[in-house]
Amino acid sequence: MSGETCFGLLAAALVGLGLYGAIVHGDPLRRLLAFNLVGGGVFLLFGVIARRGATAGFGGDPVPQALVITGIIVAFAATALAVGLIVRLADLRGAPARGGDTPSAGAAGSARG
Amino acid sequence: MSAAFDAGLAVLLFGVAAWTVASRDRFAAVVGFVVYGSLLAVAWLRLHAPDVALTEAAIGSGLSGVLLLGAAARLRGGTEARRPAAGLRVLAAALAAAVAAGIGAVVLALPEPAPTLAPLAAEDLDATGLGNAVNAVLMAYRATDTLLEVVVLVLAVVGIWSLAPDARWGGRPWPRHEAAADGVLPFLARALTPVGVVAAVYLLWVGADAPGGGFQGGTVLAALWLLVVLAGLLDAPATSGKRLRLALLAGPAVFLAVGLAGILLAGSFLAYPPGWAKALILTIEFPKTFSIAVLLGLLLMGAPRRSDAA
Repeated sequence: MSGETCFGLLAAALVGLGLYGAIVHGDPLRRLLAFNLVGGGVFLLFGVIARRGATAGFGGDPVPQALVITGIIVAFAATALAVGLIVRLADLRGAPARGGDTPSAGAAGSARG
Repeated sequence: MSAAFDAGLAVLLFGVAAWTVASRDRFAAVVGFVVYGSLLAVAWLRLHAPDVALTEAAIGSGLSGVLLLGAAARLRGGTEARRPAAGLRVLAAALAAAVAAGIGAVVLALPEPAPTLAPLAAEDLDATGLGNAVNAVLMAYRATDTLLEVVVLVLAVVGIWSLAPDARWGGRPWPRHEAAADGVLPFLARALTPVGVVAAVYLLWVGADAPGGGFQGGTVLAALWLLVVLAGLLDAPATSGKRLRLALLAGPAVFLAVGLAGILLAGSFLAYPPGWAKALILTIEFPKTFSIAVLLGLLLMGAPRRSDAA
């Protein structure tokens, strides 16, 4: 099995793992972590596709590589915003936050049904 | 040998990711995620993408790690006790496995020969004056994406500031860190800052022809700033400060100005007149790197928590 296929299958597995974590966890911070695992898997898939397109003296197709760099930074911005929301939510419920033992509002509550 | 390394790395990455999802403890999960980011950077090197590896190590692992560890520390108090019903977990696992299997099938069925834009990217590389094709994509071919990305960072900072209680609007994020006179942290901050600034400017400059670039350099600058604030040598900035807001906007403003000038001089938005590409890219890159450093630092510090005077 070539390196690209190996990392491609890993990317698929990471997306699955992250998806499972994002559904199963009640704690918003854990959901955020799981969501970032999905992001890592998607980026890795891009990297595999870039590597397969290696020609013209490049180690990989530079276009998807550049897109991934943009993606990593935008993902960080979104993560920082999500952390801000989570911390604010915990502050509003009374500091110190009590973690996942209180019923979560918003997205966490609706996904739980 | 290299195939064995790749397989081992993939198994390790999967194991760390599984730990991040399965761990009972929130803090342990964050630590798992940081390790995941570092290992992912190695995977990027194996995929011949050193620019992405640098970004992943600096942002995906480094800055994200600081951000998430800080959040986990603030949310301290009891790990999650609540676990969903077994039925839901089985259902979620089945769904996740189906999605992963679908993507895996696509990976195994990728077209041969692989489609690629590399020859096109190589064709016009000389016109951009750059030797690093990834940065040519970021700063020339797809410069609009990069401009919008910096705008996204500004919007995220505005979003985070908006989460402050009314009384704290315009105040300072983070608690005031007091410098211990003989502490290790102030010493580190003093010793590392000059070296780090040189490294950041080097990364920015060398990005034209080698792995590196504005984002990586900006991340190093942001990390240095955070270190200096954590060491208590500088206070976190008042978010109402005029100079701070100017620093935030300098990068996107110059970027936009060069883009608009392109309409007049070269016929379309963000087009560079022949022969001027490298000079204009550097004109954009320096203020952009500075703004990115400030933006990333502010993203990490979060919403204002105390009044300006404190």
